[in-house]
Amino acid sequence: MIDFEPSDEQRLVVETVRQFAQHEIRPRARECNEARELPKDVLAHAHELGLVSNAIDTRFGGGGERSAVTGVLVAEELGWGDLAIALAILSPSLVALPLQDFGSEEQKSEWLPQFTGQAFLPGSLALVEPRFHDDPFRPTTHAHANGAAWVITGRKCFVPWLQGSRVVIVVAASDSGPQAFLVPCEADGLHAEPEKNMGIDALPTVELELDGVRVPQASRLGSAQGIDLHRLVHRGRVGLAALAVGLARAAYEIAREYAKEREAFGAPIATKQAIAFKLADMAIEIDAARLLVWEAAWLLDRGEPAGRAARLAHQQASKLALDVADGAVQVLGGHGYIREYLPELHLRHARGFASFEALTLV
Amino acid sequence: MAISFDLTESTRAARDHYHQMAVEQMRPISRRYDEQEHAVPQEWIDYYWKEGRRGIGGDWSGPNDGFVRVCVQAEELCWGDAALYLRMPTAALGGSAVAAAGTPEQKTRFLAPFNGDGPPVWGAMAITEPQAGSDAAAIQTTAELDGEEWVLNGTKIFCTSGESAAEHEGGFVVVWATIDREAGRAGIKSFVVPAGTPGMKLIGLEKKLGIRASDTATLVFENCRIPRANLLGSAEVKRRDPLKSGDKGFKGAMATFDASRPIVAAMAVGVGRASLDFVREELARQGFEVRYDAPRTELRVIERDVIEMEAELQAARLLTWRAAAMMNRGKPNNLEASMAKAKAGLAVTRITQKAIEVLGPPAYSKKLLVEKWMRDAKINDIYEGTQQINQLIVARRILEYPSSLLR
Repeated sequence: MIDFEPSDEQRLVVETVRQFAQHEIRPRARECNEARELPKDVLAHAHELGLVSNAIDTRFGGGGERSAVTGVLVAEELGWGDLAIALAILSPSLVALPLQDFGSEEQKSEWLPQFTGQAFLPGSLALVEPRFHDDPFRPTTHAHANGAAWVITGRKCFVPWLQGSRVVIVVAASDSGPQAFLVPCEADGLHAEPEKNMGIDALPTVELELDGVRVPQASRLGSAQGIDLHRLVHRGRVGLAALAVGLARAAYEIAREYAKEREAFGAPIATKQAIAFKLADMAIEIDAARLLVWEAAWLLDRGEPAGRAARLAHQQASKLALDVADGAVQVLGGHGYIREYLPELHLRHARGFASFEALTLV
Repeated sequence: MAISFDLTESTRAARDHYHQMAVEQMRPISRRYDEQEHAVPQEWIDYYWKEGRRGIGGDWSGPNDGFVRVCVQAEELCWGDAALYLRMPTAALGGSAVAAAGTPEQKTRFLAPFNGDGPPVWGAMAITEPQAGSDAAAIQTTAELDGEEWVLNGTKIFCTSGESAAEHEGGFVVVWATIDREAGRAGIKSFVVPAGTPGMKLIGLEKKLGIRASDTATLVFENCRIPRANLLGSAEVKRRDPLKSGDKGFKGAMATFDASRPIVAAMAVGVGRASLDFVREELARQGFEVRYDAPRTELRVIERDVIEMEAELQAARLLTWRAAAMMNRGKPNNLEASMAKAKAGLAVTRITQKAIEVLGPPAYSKKLLVEKWMRDAKINDIYEGTQQINQLIVARRILEYPSSLLR
């Protein structure tokens, strides 16, 4: 039966994460952006809340509550707080969830308990490549079987590279199509060049060069079975779309409150239809995109084909984030252009959704 | 409960039933009644009355998606033909008004013929006047109490199904009129005028851009006398704030929109889907495939267009279903109903216009229905509150501004 009400349990989770985003993430967004640094205490607290580990099997110390719908509800709240910090908090998902979905028993028992331990362990996934017309399903990075090892060569970009990372999942072309490999961050032949991006400054990302990196045969994710790269990318698109909705909501709320306070010609600018209607359109589009995201997540949870829904959700939410962030800058006028206010940061963050793939997973 | 996008089995069955009706009964006569603008689509009316209405509505309490199912019906039948949907013998908006603000006695008296075995009957709602459209509080039609009767005087335009409702015995027109002009909207009440009441005159039918098979009437009321018991809600004029005072008159009339806007949004989605389905089928015939997984930069323009149209249509549909699902739970949905209507009205206007562009010359021709769907779609961004009125409602709600602050 059609229903748009989260369960009581989900409501509780959302409320917790909302408080967390409001009191711990948002106040740090600006300073972290300027300093290009992550708030370690916030990441540690987020880990205590189990925002990723809740989705990991109980056998490996997780909460055993894997749900893409819950995932998007959480991601929206975190994205409302700050995109870069949200991506950092959710970075363990980049390793833990593919392991959960495709990993062999050995791979799971080796790695998953590390993501459910006391300390926050970041994750990393190398999918996107630094080229125009990049197609995540046709990587140019390739992996060749060489005796008991895989030899991987190629270049990746937008690879999260948080302090303390131990392993990165690298997607590379192989004889059996694109596959994923668990590569230790310290592997020989792996060169990480820090990136500077238009936004998400607080999140350390690198351009990764793999120069004949050798990993054991058992490093191929899912061993003989391999992975379903489409499913992985779809999970990424849905997760990103949820963050985009959260970002849009943040920018919209700031614009709305500003418009109610800022006076021009003797009245708050929100009393002018030119501003009020813009805000109304934002509110409508935010709700619309959110429902598309929920639907795609719901399909993922049911194990049904979700590529189309993920595309629609991702497209709408990405466009939404950019439109609303731009609109918020506009509503704030000159102040919107000043780094004292957040909308300019939202705008720089929002443009990234056109380029991001699998920067988070649900 | 939990988030779910699954229609119940019974709703899916209903959807299939309505779809078949759309394909077999509506599409074949769609062009004819678009061209013969004021002709009566008798075969459709008879079919609907004898067969089509069976199994419609029913019990909304069981696991059948409730009001969402009504939206599913509207979408399917408007996929068939939006104007013929409007022409169906039903209580329509007049019925919604009676259901929202009427007493049990009024509901029985006015709505029973729609479930009866007599000849087909229609309900209609008359609000708009030559000088009052979106600003419903500016209406000039008056109602004066004379003994045990209300006497109505004024002119109503753009009354959907106005001809059918005014002229077929058993039906009725719900007329908005003021009982106290100086009281503004607090003085506005709605009255049920039974078909054939002396003093209610049909003086013309509009010639329209689209939905031509729907009779859009001008009705004039000249000393039109109706029983005192035909007032919906209370006769009391509460000057302070009729929206909050619990007055079922104006409030009831406004509540009608919370129920009707999701339906209009669903109707819009139906017309939009007609165009989009046609585009997709045509592309499939030509061997084009829409690649949802391809990188943005590799997509052909047509793929981008289709993906965008699909996303917009689905967004409109989900907002619509959300507003409807809230009604099932008895939750206030005023904001969500306006959101759905604003989104669907505009999205579908654009989708149906885009469809002609992407299909090229044949779609401009009347050999196909695509051009008709574009003309039919546009009304959804106008009636039941224009795009701008719904933006205004949403804006007031999100800003928490009374209408005095944002007008």
